[in-house]
Amino acid sequence: MKSDVILKMEGICKSFPGVRALHNVDFTLKKGEIHALMGENGAGKSTLIKIITGVYQKDAGQIYLEGKPVHFRSPQDAQNMGIGAVFQEIALCPNLTVAENIFIGRGRDNFVNWKKMNAKAAEMLDSLGIPASPTQELASCSIAVQQMIAIARAVDMDCKILILDEPTSSLDEDEVQKLFGLMRQLKDRGVGIIFITHFIDQVYEISDRITVLRNGELVGEYQASALPQIELIAKMMGKALSDVSAIKKQAARKSDDSVPVFEARGLTSAAGVRPFDFTIEKGEVNGFAGLLGSGRSESVRAIFAADKVTGGEVKVNGKRVKIRSPLDAMRQGIGYLPEDRKGDGIIEELSVRDNIILALQVLKGFFRPLSRKQAEELAEEFIEKLDIKAPSTNTPIKSLSGGNQQKVILARWLITQPTYLILDEPTRGIDVGTKVEIQKLVLKLAEAGMSLTFISSEIDEMLRVCSRLIVMKDREIVGELTGTDLTEQDVMHMIAQGGK
Amino acid sequence: MRPLGTTKTQTRMSNSTLLFIIAGIIFVLMYGFALISYPGSFMQFQTFFDLFNFNAALFIVTLGLCVVMIGGGIDISVGAVCGLVTMACAMLLESGTGGIWSALLLALGIGLAFGLMHGFLIAYLEIQPFIITLAGMFLAQGLLTTLHREPLNVTQPAFVALRNFTIEIPWLGTVNRRGIFIPCEIKPGVLVVVVLVILYAVLMKWSRFGRSVYAVGGDRESARMLGINVKKTIFLSYVICGLTAGISGFVFLMTTGAGNIGNGSLFEMKAIAANVMGGILLNGGVGNLLGAPIGTMTLLTINELIRAAGVQSNLQAIVSGLLLYLFIVLQSIIIALRTSKRFTLALPSWLKFQRTHD
Ligand SMILES: Nc1ncnc2c1ncn2[C@@H]1O[C@H](COP(=O)(O)OP(=O)(O)O)[C@@H](O)[C@H]1O
Ligand SMILES: [Mg+2]
Repeated sequence: MKSDVILKMEGICKSFPGVRALHNVDFTLKKGEIHALMGENGAGKSTLIKIITGVYQKDAGQIYLEGKPVHFRSPQDAQNMGIGAVFQEIALCPNLTVAENIFIGRGRDNFVNWKKMNAKAAEMLDSLGIPASPTQELASCSIAVQQMIAIARAVDMDCKILILDEPTSSLDEDEVQKLFGLMRQLKDRGVGIIFITHFIDQVYEISDRITVLRNGELVGEYQASALPQIELIAKMMGKALSDVSAIKKQAARKSDDSVPVFEARGLTSAAGVRPFDFTIEKGEVNGFAGLLGSGRSESVRAIFAADKVTGGEVKVNGKRVKIRSPLDAMRQGIGYLPEDRKGDGIIEELSVRDNIILALQVLKGFFRPLSRKQAEELAEEFIEKLDIKAPSTNTPIKSLSGGNQQKVILARWLITQPTYLILDEPTRGIDVGTKVEIQKLVLKLAEAGMSLTFISSEIDEMLRVCSRLIVMKDREIVGELTGTDLTEQDVMHMIAQGGK
Repeated sequence: MRPLGTTKTQTRMSNSTLLFIIAGIIFVLMYGFALISYPGSFMQFQTFFDLFNFNAALFIVTLGLCVVMIGGGIDISVGAVCGLVTMACAMLLESGTGGIWSALLLALGIGLAFGLMHGFLIAYLEIQPFIITLAGMFLAQGLLTTLHREPLNVTQPAFVALRNFTIEIPWLGTVNRRGIFIPCEIKPGVLVVVVLVILYAVLMKWSRFGRSVYAVGGDRESARMLGINVKKTIFLSYVICGLTAGISGFVFLMTTGAGNIGNGSLFEMKAIAANVMGGILLNGGVGNLLGAPIGTMTLLTINELIRAAGVQSNLQAIVSGLLLYLFIVLQSIIIALRTSKRFTLALPSWLKFQRTHD
């Protein structure tokens, strides 16, 4: 079976200043297979493929291409040897035309035949259904189109090995299916494909084998059909299987004092939700379920007065209060972690420390600043508690990964010790490991007596965490589900039936 | 553009083309203004040709610098190299040991030497182009003053003949007051300009090298990932720029006929200004090579206008400076509008305070 192996990497090591990105990693790719490279953010996937493509130089190890040892000094070398790649960060030149981006750096012609090039590009764009003109400047294309163009380029290279590093991150379902069609065609022609994605379903849909990396080390190589999804997740996280499935919500708590922590009657806001009633008990985790745009976020924003409240009355711990602004809500012990992390949440330029103490500072008022020492201590305490991976408290938050940014915002709210915390899509766009950590944290906080509302687009996640689901449709609450053995079907049923 | 597919968007003009067209319009407006204000001198074709006759060397320097600027770099040694070449060639010719051809070879050799050195240091050792070519500027200036302090007139007959050679255009000219037809004249240096403009325009538009220069200027890291030999491309762009500066020195000598310490001084600044006025973006990747001569003409027309107005010559510098501000801000605004990004001055990385990468 030796002739089957097209690429073999042995003992690959690579370090960046202060980071060991890869340590002793082996990898093999066979002819005509789609091989998924899996791992959490920062596992070293992109680094490994950049070594294969000559973008980075390995510190140690050996690469064999069709049995012969090779050494790629530059992307050109790799390209000439038949390795095509679509990189995670789209590596195209914005100032060149679409056609040029497809053809530049390939072939040996010393002069460009624009007419021929444009015609070839037009044909290619047409056959792939990419809505771009060959003579258009790349900068004027949307990101999704740019990504398709990068794919078109790599696919057209007639390579032996095709590498796709998160090519689907900005593609819609149709485009993903088109890409998968192409990948299958190439596979039948004997091309070896390395595929990286965060979408686990996509991995199982298309790949033959899976290699898992974690913290720059090889976890193992598996047949996709022989590796259950839950086990793959466990391997990516480096946890035992029992850990992952152990996340089970408790039955709904019934608190002794029957006064709800928060209660709303006929609440409505300028963002346009129908007036609704809502209560949450001490130590309860509930959630708003529904399709995107059903009014989940608008409801919780009304609770926090993030949108202008236009009606209804609110009781906190049984006492009537007026909440007209987020600051009012915060003073009543309510915290809100917004859906749009980039827009509403983090302040990119500020340090991790300043982002963490921000809410507390607002609550205290800006005229009574926290001392530097206090701030430092608080920040460090929460970095440890939430296991935030940041080099120091001074690091600007924008240099952290998405999951860690999310934890920083979570820390910001926890530091104010709210009695009721609203989390709107806290796990979107972060890796599985951090996702599970956040889910666990939510349950732990509830156990300690905090009330939480948890919103997620992934219903199974909500089922795991919430003991009560408030189901919404068309900006209206259509029902409620409680119980420990709810399934996704139950929720979908209610969405489907509701509103009739 | 032929329509294809289903959802074809109107192909938008590229930034290079847009800035080039704006540069062209500005030149036409400027020259039109000159024609209206001073018809006496600007109406004559000879005035237009004299822009080229007297400034051929500047046009040439601007061309070479344009290639480097499109690649996202800068070369501020070109003026000094040009000056050095005039003096070195003048000395060679006056010493009687060499003729025109050996002087030309010397000019090319000096330019090539500087180009190779700058290209190597900038491309392969990755040192900031500004610092490297600043050093080159000092070196060339130092060599120039060491060679000869006094102005040196070239008296070698063959060269004097070349210097005085003019090409008359029999069908174009003016009739003077006595009714005698005076044909327009152009100098051989102008032909060099024309040939180089065509050559470089073809190079930048159709050659693999030229397109690589654009790619590198647009996004260096992406260009590398696309399989372009970034270092070689940058290296060659400086070699070409140096070589062009050498040629410009020879043409300068052909125009004035004397080696002089002041020759080519401030050419680098004028060339940068001319390129900016010609729509070549300082941060690279954007610009049409034909913008270089257009920009030079704009710059020269401004100077001529101010001279014709008879005001002090320092006003010339003030107006040029103000216009340059205007051009850079204008270009930055245009680029910002088109990319719908936050407005930032379109400056190259080596002029920016800090560059952030995520
Ligand atoms: N150019 C670089 N300089 C410094 N550190 C880097 C660089 N590229 C990647 N890293 C680090 O190497 C590790 C692996 O990163 P990467 O390969 O991008 O992970 P993945 O693609 O699996 O998310 C991370 O800790 C990352 O911060
Ligand atoms: Mg990656």
